[in-house]
Amino acid sequence: MKPRKVSAAAAAVLALALAATACGSDDGGGGSDDGKKITVGIKFDQPGVGLKTPDGKYEGFDVDVARYVARQLGYVSDDIVFKEAKSADRETLLQRGDVDFIAASYSINDERRKKVDFAGPYFLAHQDVLVRADDRSIAKPSDLNNKKLCSVTGSTSAQNVKTKIAPQAQLQEYGGYSECLTGLENKTIDALTTDDAILAGYAAQDQFKGKFRLGGFKLSDELYGIGVKKGDTELRNKVNAALEKMVQDGSWKKAVEANFGPAGYRSEPPPRIGVFSG
Amino acid sequence: MFDFLQGYDVLGAFWTTIQLTVWSAIGSLVWGTVLAAMRVSPVPVMRGFGTGYVNVVRNIPLTVIIVFTSLGLFQTLGVSLGADTFDVINFRLAVLGLIAYTSAFVCEALRSGINTVPLGQVEAARALGLSFIQVLTLVVLPQAFRSVVGPLANVLIALTKNTTVAAAIGVPEAALLMREMIENEAQLILISAVFAAGFIVLTLPTGLFLGRVGKKVAVKR
Amino acid sequence: MSSVLYDIPGPRAKRRNILYTLGFLVVLGALAWWVLLGLADKGQLEWSKWAPFVTDSRVWTTYLLPGLENTLIAAALSLVIALPLGAVLGIARLSDHSWVRGAAGTVVEFFRAIPVLILMLFANAAYAAFSDISPDNRPLYAVVTGLVLYNSSVLAEIVRAGILALPLGQSDAARAIGMRKGQTMRYVLLPQAVTAMLPAIVSQMVVIVKDTALGGAMLGFSELLASVRPMSANYGANTIAGFTVVAVIFIVLNFALTSFAARLESRLRQGRKSTGAVVAADAVEELATPGEHVGRKPEPPERS
Repeated sequence: MKPRKVSAAAAAVLALALAATACGSDDGGGGSDDGKKITVGIKFDQPGVGLKTPDGKYEGFDVDVARYVARQLGYVSDDIVFKEAKSADRETLLQRGDVDFIAASYSINDERRKKVDFAGPYFLAHQDVLVRADDRSIAKPSDLNNKKLCSVTGSTSAQNVKTKIAPQAQLQEYGGYSECLTGLENKTIDALTTDDAILAGYAAQDQFKGKFRLGGFKLSDELYGIGVKKGDTELRNKVNAALEKMVQDGSWKKAVEANFGPAGYRSEPPPRIGVFSG
Repeated sequence: MFDFLQGYDVLGAFWTTIQLTVWSAIGSLVWGTVLAAMRVSPVPVMRGFGTGYVNVVRNIPLTVIIVFTSLGLFQTLGVSLGADTFDVINFRLAVLGLIAYTSAFVCEALRSGINTVPLGQVEAARALGLSFIQVLTLVVLPQAFRSVVGPLANVLIALTKNTTVAAAIGVPEAALLMREMIENEAQLILISAVFAAGFIVLTLPTGLFLGRVGKKVAVKR
Repeated sequence: MSSVLYDIPGPRAKRRNILYTLGFLVVLGALAWWVLLGLADKGQLEWSKWAPFVTDSRVWTTYLLPGLENTLIAAALSLVIALPLGAVLGIARLSDHSWVRGAAGTVVEFFRAIPVLILMLFANAAYAAFSDISPDNRPLYAVVTGLVLYNSSVLAEIVRAGILALPLGQSDAARAIGMRKGQTMRYVLLPQAVTAMLPAIVSQMVVIVKDTALGGAMLGFSELLASVRPMSANYGANTIAGFTVVAVIFIVLNFALTSFAARLESRLRQGRKSTGAVVAADAVEELATPGEHVGRKPEPPERS
């Protein structure tokens, strides 16, 4: 039994992408002289974004981006080592040099830019809510008042809703999104809130197809960047070049469709690489 | 030096810890006594249930029980314990989980207390024609309670410390606040010292006081 | 004892007991029915939520078994490190010098008074701030540190109780043949005390195994309980099923340890070669009320 199947169309796209990967690695394999590895930090528990599958493989948009970038940096697929980068650990991992770069739904902000450098942004996400497909009572952000929201402990998205968008909302915090989804499925929770990319990944899962929908509220702008060690301008520029190429040759669009397409989620056009304010 | 405390309701968090402790203590004393009565009762099914309950509950991590109250009881079975805001519901669920867990230990402490009551007492009571419930409530339990004040004090102290597990479902007690403060403030050592001191203030006097009470009320044999 | 509490049931009592039995079973059955109905109503009994545990071995090999492995590693490490520390503290609490007793007593009381979660949170943050441990290993280090700090205090009490449980004649005899205090402890008391303590140590292992779950819930330590999270991200948020399976694993594991401790205890009590001294497996929680022993030399317990 295959636990997480993507729809036929997406599978086709994915197969194409994989085929491309295989070709790429063959070409690269000839050129690579030493067996040096590159370590990339990703999320392990976010379907559609960064997920470790039961087979020990990795999939998701961040993973596709990371693979593409690593290949552009001259590594073959087998040389990429994925490592879990939990939200709280990301800066430490880069500072210690445990990973070469991080692509883990890593939004660029001033606080983080003090500690690490960012390449990209490569994706524009928004804070959004995931609600039951048949729940019509949440049509605009202010409808969240008096509703029951769920998010993970200590996340900024939950506080954001409570302080700015819907002060009357109630908030339940759990250690992971899966617990929130159980509550959402069982109707004790009305909305799960975090970045739309992550929500789309969950909604696209086989078991949930048709059960949930995204609110489409755009409660905030989250520019995902690739984190590199502070001061490593050379790597940052190379990554930026790779990201630019990814957008231009269509791989970016393919990756978005393969990972987020099944959720019926309209993603933003690619952001301008290397441009972020603040 | 203590400006890191500003903006954080440390006293409020410890007040929640105390409330969790008190309600759970009362509940687990009651339910633990009922369980102990079941374990010595003449009805085999009740004895079996009591034994099974204690064996299962003592071997599950409290964390699992607490998570289950929220995810299983509330989210799935819809048990909200008469409250309608998450804050109150989570608090009550945590109390319920702590009662379910702690009562197993209360039961075991009481059972060892029951074993200290001399056989002659029970035989005399039965010779008078008292029923099982009467033997238990009039003769055995009053003496058993007096001999287990010490062990029960330890259970109470363990309970006080165990209330920190309620943080796993977001009850705003001391451990949850400590974690939040550690994440946001730099004074790790000072913050930890404050919370350590708070728990010492809660547990040490309880231990000293109940230890003394236990010695005073124990039936001398 | 239990049979002493009531008379052998006569015909009336027998009938009444049958009535109680039926009533109790009906209540239990109703409760179970209500739970199952509730679960079914919310679709939590759907086969798709539970099937992976039976049909998909990857659930075990990728998530649960590595989680269980981490649980066991953390528990074993904690016990191995805490044992010698606890022995030192426990012996120090029996010292003839009041300042040694006082110092050891204060350490023991301190760590017994603080929740192990607070110790873990502190260790986790301290390692992040002041050490070079990689973020991968940090939760494990923090969990083990918290457990060692707490359990060496508890083990100190077990060691102390184990030594005090030995018959006085042992140390008298050692003194009579001219052994010094240290020799008496090393060659006579400690070896016998270790045997007496075994059941209590094994049952403390249960406490340690249970407490590792705190690291999973609060520190992101990837032990058995925490393995439900990445697992359920792949299998449609089957959290209820996941937590149930994990709870059963914990029960089986700890029940095995508890039974082992009980068997050990009864063998030691019946043993002919030993003194018959033993620290009961379930005495761990009852060894000393916090604050009771600071700086005071304990009286040896009464012997019968």
